[in-house]
Order: sequence, then C-alpha cells, then structure tokens
Amino acid sequence: MAGEVLISAENVGKKFCKNLKRSLWYGAQDLASTITGTERSTALRKDEFWAVQGINFEVRRGECLGLIGHNGAGKSTLLKMLNGLLRPDTGKITMHGRVGALIELGAGFNPILTGRENIFNNAAILGFTKKETEAKLQEIIAFSEIEDFLDMPVQNYSSGMRVRLGFAVAAQMEPDILLVDEVLAVGDIGFVLKCFKRMDELLSNTAMIFVSHSMPQVARMSTNILLMSHGKELLNTNDVSVGITSYYNQYKLEVGNQQLSDIANLARISLISEGKTFQQEDEITINYNAELQIEIEIDCIREIENPKIFLIFADKEQRNFGEVLNFGDVIQIPKANGKLVVKATLPETNFAQGKYSITIGLIQEKNKVRETIFRHQSAIYFTVHGTKHGWAPIQYNLDWKLIGS
Amino acid sequence: MLFIGADSRFEARVDFSSIEINNNLEVKVYSSEGLKKGFVPMLREMFHDLWRSKDLGFRLANRDIRSMYRQSLLGLFWAFITPLMTALVWIFLNAAGVVKVGDTPIPYPAYVFSGTIVWAIFSESILAPITQTQGAKGMMSKINFPKEGLLVSAFYKLSFNAAIKLLLLVVVLLFMGVHPDWRIVLVPLILLVLMFFGYVIGLALTPIGMLYGDVGRAIPIGLQLMMFLSPVVYVIPSEGTLSSIMKLNPVTPIIISVRNYISGMDFYMPGYFWLVFGLTLLLSLFAWILYRLSIPIIVER
Repeated sequence: MAGEVLISAENVGKKFCKNLKRSLWYGAQDLASTITGTERSTALRKDEFWAVQGINFEVRRGECLGLIGHNGAGKSTLLKMLNGLLRPDTGKITMHGRVGALIELGAGFNPILTGRENIFNNAAILGFTKKETEAKLQEIIAFSEIEDFLDMPVQNYSSGMRVRLGFAVAAQMEPDILLVDEVLAVGDIGFVLKCFKRMDELLSNTAMIFVSHSMPQVARMSTNILLMSHGKELLNTNDVSVGITSYYNQYKLEVGNQQLSDIANLARISLISEGKTFQQEDEITINYNAELQIEIEIDCIREIENPKIFLIFADKEQRNFGEVLNFGDVIQIPKANGKLVVKATLPETNFAQGKYSITIGLIQEKNKVRETIFRHQSAIYFTVHGTKHGWAPIQYNLDWKLIGS
Repeated sequence: MLFIGADSRFEARVDFSSIEINNNLEVKVYSSEGLKKGFVPMLREMFHDLWRSKDLGFRLANRDIRSMYRQSLLGLFWAFITPLMTALVWIFLNAAGVVKVGDTPIPYPAYVFSGTIVWAIFSESILAPITQTQGAKGMMSKINFPKEGLLVSAFYKLSFNAAIKLLLLVVVLLFMGVHPDWRIVLVPLILLVLMFFGYVIGLALTPIGMLYGDVGRAIPIGLQLMMFLSPVVYVIPSEGTLSSIMKLNPVTPIIISVRNYISGMDFYMPGYFWLVFGLTLLLSLFAWILYRLSIPIIVER
C-alpha cells in the first residue's frame, strides 16, 4: 500500500530566542551572515532554546503521520519547516513533489471583501490561476455550504464559516504532500466529516502529516504516530494505539475532588481482583478478562430513602462508555442510616489495554421523586493490562462459527 | 529549462534550498547549510518566481485597492489630497511674498503643483515594498507562496495611485494654461523610472526595516528633508551649497524632466538621468536578492 518516500527529515532542529530585542539583533546578525555567506554556528546564543531538536522520520505515499504532543512541543514549528517557511538550524528536510498545506485556511482573506471575491484571493495564494479557480468555482461553493452568505463581507463570518470557505478552496488542491495543522477544531460535525472524507480521498496518493490534539481524529486518520515532547521525539511508531496511549501517559490523571454533601458522602471505594485489594490512591492494574469487584462504602450523615448507587466507566479521554444503573433492581433499601457498604461484581473485564476511571454517584428516591445526593467524578483509576490493544474501550469476545466458505 | 509545463501549481519556493527533477517529482531540500547551488540557478529561480507571481500580484493589488475604496466615501480623492494641500500652502506663501522661490519657467502654481505631485509619487515608491511586506507578515508565516507576488502587488498599487495623480496633474495644468506638446506621452515612462528608483531604494531598506521599526519611521522624516533638497517647491539657485547639492541629487533630473515634458520643454540633464537609471537597474538585482535571502529570517522573528 505504501509507496515511495515523499517526506524525509534528518536530525532536524530549530532554535528560537525568548527575548524580543535580542531576537531582532540575532535576526540582523543572521541577515549579515547570509549575505556574506558565512556559516552560522549551531550553538545556543544567550536566551535561545531548542524548539525542535533531533527529529528524524520518513513518510511514504499513502501514509499519514499523526504528529501529537503537548502544547509547545514543537509540532507547528516542525510543520512550518516542512512547508518551507522556516529554515532548519540543524539537519535536512527533503520534500518530493507538490506540497499543499491546510494550515491557515483563509490566508489572504481580506475582511472587507465578500466571500466570493475572497475565494479568488485565497486560490491565487495557493497557486491556482484565475482560469482554474473559475472552472472549480461551483464545486468550491457547493463544498463550503455557505452559498447564502457568499456575498457578505468576510469580517461578518463566524470562524467556522471562514474555515469552511478556506477548506473548500484548499480541498481543490491535489498535492503529493499534504500538511494539516489543527484546522478542524472549529468546524461542526458535518464539516469535520466532510473534511475527513476529502482527506481519505487524497490519502492513497499523498503523504500526509496530521497535527491535532483530538485523539479520536488522530486515530481516525493516522497510520503512523510521532509523539513529540519539549521539541524532542518521544516515540515514532506505526502502532497508533500505542502512540496515543503514550500521549495520555504523559499526563498524571488525578482522582477528582469530591464535592461534600451534607446528606451522604463516599467514604471509600476499593477494587478487588484476583485476590488483591486496591485502594483509591494505589496504582491499580487489572488483568484483561479477570473478575473485578468494586466495593463501595458510603457514610450517611442523614437518613436516606431508597438509595440507588450508579457507576459510570470512562476511558482515558473522559468518554463515558458504560453505565451501571441497575442497583435498584437488585437491592432495595427503604431507609439507610450510618454506614452503607455494597459490592458489585463485573465477571469479565473485557476492556482494551489502557487507563480507565469510575465515576460514582448516589441517588435518593423520596415519594417517587429522584434526587442526586452526590456524584464523585473519577473516584478511582485503574489500568487494564492485557494483549487486546484496540481503540474502542470494550473488547467483545463473540462466538464465531464458520457457516460457509 | 528547469521547470516543466504551464501548470502554475508547480512550486519553486526555494529561498534556501536546491531543486532537481526526480521521477517527474520536484524535489526540495531545506537544510541548515543554506545556499549550495550557484548564482545562475538562483537567478533563474528568481525570475521564474517573478513570472509566476504576475497573476498573484495582480490579485493582491486588486484586493487591496478594492477594499480600500469600498470603505471610503471620497475614494480616489484621497490619492492626491496631500500634494494638493502642500502646493496650495506654497502658492499662498509665495503670493504673500513670505518666501523667495526664484523665477520659475512656468507659472508658479503649475510649477509647485507638478513638483509636489511628482514628489508624492516618489515618496510612495520608497515606502511601497516595506508597507506591503509588513502587511503580509501574517500570511508569510503561515503559507508558502512566492514572495515576488508581494513585490509585484506593491508595484501595481503604486502604479495605480501614480496614474491617478498624473491624470489630475495634467488636467490641472491644462486648466492653468500650460500647453504640453507631443512629449507628454513620454511622461509616464519617465515617471516609471522615478518609481523604479524609489521602489528599489525601498526594497533595499525592507529587510532591516522589517526587523527594526526605526527604519520605517525614519524614512518619512528623511523624505521631508530631501524634498527641500530637490527642485520641488523652488528652483535650483544659481550658486551656493544648496545649488551643488540639488544638482547632485539623483532625483533632480527626473523631477525637472517630468515637469518640462508636461509643459512642452526639453529634457533636463539626460546624461545624469540615464546614469541614475543604470545604477538603479544594478541595485535592483542586489536589493531583490537580499529581499529573498532575508525572508526566512524575517518570518522567524
């Protein structure tokens, strides 16, 4: 599936200066050394730091490299170097073919002019001639879905509308290399789906680099992952889930703070699996498909009528993927006082490898009216360890039968 | 020829890289080692970029001019109001006898108005490249496009404004009773030389001007000063220091020739004029190369 190497980066680095005045002075010095042709030293001058350092990777036609990392890791700087806007201070970048970039959608937009006029402006900056733009005008307008507002000045557009218009023009490009930088954050779901569809169409013939903070989007598009941290490469892998998990592992997930209620509070939640008991503050690892017991202790300050405990399972992205609402069907307690201890059993922990959290809450039912007493977000975290490495949280083991060949 | 086909999307944004054609795919190498290739290939790239930018430059100029006038009621009026005001002030001062401007070959109002208009064109020429580059700074740091597009756009806008001023000048002079002969058709050409001269000076100052704001602030002040060292509002005195300075001033032959040709008189100091033109051509190449080399440094800061 993958073709020839279209993007290659060898030991690429870039340094910036933190102090503006000094930065301008270094700029003047660099200007002088460029004119005289003298080499610039790669040592750090005062107030300089490495924004990108020692980056190596290759992207082939048909591959999409997901570039992820914390804010300030150097992703956009790397992308600017790939796009030819910044010159690397160390190393070498080789780009084969036509380069297209979905980086600043709406570049060249003049706010006073209408959307229609700006289509031509933007297209010209991207390298289309007037004839080409006219030929594709209807397609662009249809793609953007803002036909009604096309003759309105762009300064009155919302940021989502601007991105739509910019993307509609940029989508007409057919590059060999496509660089995408966090442009999809502003669009609505319809637009995002449209963009992905277009990127899918382009992917087979393109080498793509995709920068995003949205891991579902990264997982959707990428075939490889490059995880950056503080300018350096942390991980370069073609296993997307490993890459994404590593991104999350950089962040210490903390148990949420509990809002104390004066009616009842969570005293303790423990997990028991394969003979071991774990408390909230422990680093908990549960084996895949092992039995998991959740022991909950509640302190009732006042009397509670018909208490119902609910649980919510969330994955590392804080997505709530499973709920447990059947407490009231199994246990009926007309009135509860003092301590309340219950245990729930999950026969098989069929979760994919990764970190999960349980949110726990208590509901009181008084005269058929339900009232939430407390809700403790992410009361306990645990990691599931196993061989099932998937993107979705629940890994089903279905009964497969061969019925034909 | 290095680049194939009429496909305008074939890129050549190569300020600090080398190009080869490899399996029909253009290859760009960006490295810290800078320009390794020779002078001639770089020149070829520059001219290719310039050729490719003519559409883009026109579009950008179109965009800027339209948006400027869309927001304005008086529109084109603003293109010549400043030189008009300056001229009126000097006409008044002269009529009141407060200043001694010397004997002008044509009636003083015509003399001073043609002077201020031509000077206004010159001032705008110097400021054009840096203003355009400053305005496009945001775009330059996000999208890769041939920077010659900015230079072409600035020149188009400059020409548009100069044309309006020239038209007004001719109308006013005719009104004042100054009669041009056939040589008036050469006036736009001489003005082009003036604009080219000013533009190249501005272009040479742009790289350092983008880093330090002092340059942009110093230019208008310098121009004010220079105006009084040129035959704009008064004639060249017959002797003295000012006379020598004004005769050495490279703008002098151009201003006087424009004025002369509009009023049916002869070319002034043709030898010096052509010398200035030749030097400008030479300087233009260096200024252009410097501009290209400085772009990545400007974008960074």
